[in-house]
Amino acid sequence: MDDWYRVDGQALLLSLRLAAWTTAVLVVLGLPVAAWIAFSRARWKFLAEAVVALPLVLPPTVLGFYLLVGLGPRSPLGGLYQAVTGRILPFSFEGLLVASVLYSLPFAVQPFAAAFAAVDRSLLEAAESLGASRARTFFRVVLPLSRPGIVAGAVLAFAHTLGEFGVVLMVGGNLPGATRTVSIAIFDDVQALDYARAGRTSLLLLAVSFAVLGVTYGLQRRARPSWLPR
Amino acid sequence: MAPALEARFVHTWPAGPRVEAELSLEEPSGPVTILFGPSGSGKSTVLRCLAGLERPAEGWIRWRGATWLDARSRAFVPARRRPVSLVFQEYALFPHLTVAENVAFGLHALPPSDRRPRTAGVLGLLKLGELSGRRPSELSGGQRQRVALARALARRPELLLLDEPLSALDGPAREETRVELRAFLTRLGVPAIVVTHDRLEALALGDRMAVLSGGRIRQEGTVSEVFGRPADEEVARCVGVETVVGARVVGRGDGLVTLVAGPCRLVALDPGLPSDDVLACLRAEDVTLERRSSGLSSARNHLEARVVALTPQGPLVRVVLDCGFRLTALVTRLSCGELGLAEGEVVTAVVKAPSIHLVPRPAAPGAPR
Repeated sequence: MDDWYRVDGQALLLSLRLAAWTTAVLVVLGLPVAAWIAFSRARWKFLAEAVVALPLVLPPTVLGFYLLVGLGPRSPLGGLYQAVTGRILPFSFEGLLVASVLYSLPFAVQPFAAAFAAVDRSLLEAAESLGASRARTFFRVVLPLSRPGIVAGAVLAFAHTLGEFGVVLMVGGNLPGATRTVSIAIFDDVQALDYARAGRTSLLLLAVSFAVLGVTYGLQRRARPSWLPR
Repeated sequence: MAPALEARFVHTWPAGPRVEAELSLEEPSGPVTILFGPSGSGKSTVLRCLAGLERPAEGWIRWRGATWLDARSRAFVPARRRPVSLVFQEYALFPHLTVAENVAFGLHALPPSDRRPRTAGVLGLLKLGELSGRRPSELSGGQRQRVALARALARRPELLLLDEPLSALDGPAREETRVELRAFLTRLGVPAIVVTHDRLEALALGDRMAVLSGGRIRQEGTVSEVFGRPADEEVARCVGVETVVGARVVGRGDGLVTLVAGPCRLVALDPGLPSDDVLACLRAEDVTLERRSSGLSSARNHLEARVVALTPQGPLVRVVLDCGFRLTALVTRLSCGELGLAEGEVVTAVVKAPSIHLVPRPAAPGAPR
């Protein structure tokens, strides 16, 4: 075979781009949500926690179905998006991004919230009694002390997005260059009985995923804060 | 002049104990007030309420004319806006910041050009200059305590609150830091409230003290008043030492010190104190009473004393004596009868040298700072 090295490079790049954007959005959106979950004393907090955790247990097809309907041009959100941009969300990269953010939400928010909650309360009280506002306490004390948990959440969100399949298929379909992610490309190849290419792409995805996780955990270990007991 | 601090509040923990406090702090009656009590008595809760970390459901707190809490009008000044610094029991230093960054943490409201000199000044005051680049994990317990104090002082608080400041230290460091801390607190002249359950700490650090037990303040007064004349049995049991008298070292030798306390000379073991001003502490059960001194005795101290009061306590009798200062003895009912003790009688109080415990007092209460 003369094309032994051929993989669906376009699909792989698309998946990496989607994972990077999803992670960026989740860090920006997920940190305040996690902070609220970790520090709020609201009585209905448990409901918000349950909503955040839903994608963990919901079949991707169910989430994908609701997103397809909810983002469609006939829904208020989809209609607004169409009115502003002239495009529709389903079967587009942007629609896929919205879906991925929701689908990977617990993978980012839960480690963030756990890291925040693990920060010694007396440090927060010390900051408060030294005149620090909530924002200052968060940025100067909580965030730096939660760094390992934040990195872990970001990496999990990235890796999880890289491997998602069901939601993408429901919301994005299979448009090369726009919504055809690497997992869909593999599925396609298998459907077309091109086992060789499916195998090569799978191996590449496995290698990339392992490399991302390996490098991150390796760095975390080396960058282990010096103030932690050894 | 109105007291600086006036507080009367009740804080009830959800499904937990109820803590009542009634406190007032005159100024300038000596800078250090001790909040004393056994663990679980509510001392830390009172301190947290004063700091603004807890919001009592009833009562009020006023400081130099400002209302920090008034449950009736729902007024509440949160911790970050009270001119108070709290030194936490385990110090709560920020582990990811250096000593200098920890100390400067509370100075964000100052213009940037003022922060550095202020930080350097406080670090110098607490002899932390050489450690300014270190992380808390690289410090000894005593050094951490000084950093916590420096961080609290950098903001120039009007009131300093210390929660069990020495409990995280052990052994010699504790003894040493106790003396240092008293020196700092008196030199600074910032009114301080120190929570402790250790009577040596209370004696060594305090000018005034309030005894807290079962969630209520039982007695408030100068340290020697409270130790010397506990208001009731509860307080006496909490403080555990019946006689506390100010004394001056006038001689040293053979491992012993000679003290002058009022008109009496006392001999005690020499604990190697840095200062000549001390408090001599005596437990009532260590005081023996004799009708007529037989002359020869292994005990070093024989004091002429007049019986002031007799209080029966089960099989024992608590005898309050006057020997120039107030001395309390605890004797059996039987001995009391045999000696024919009665108010106004003169007896000899005998105390062995090792029974007199000396606590250093670098400055006397109310002495010029």
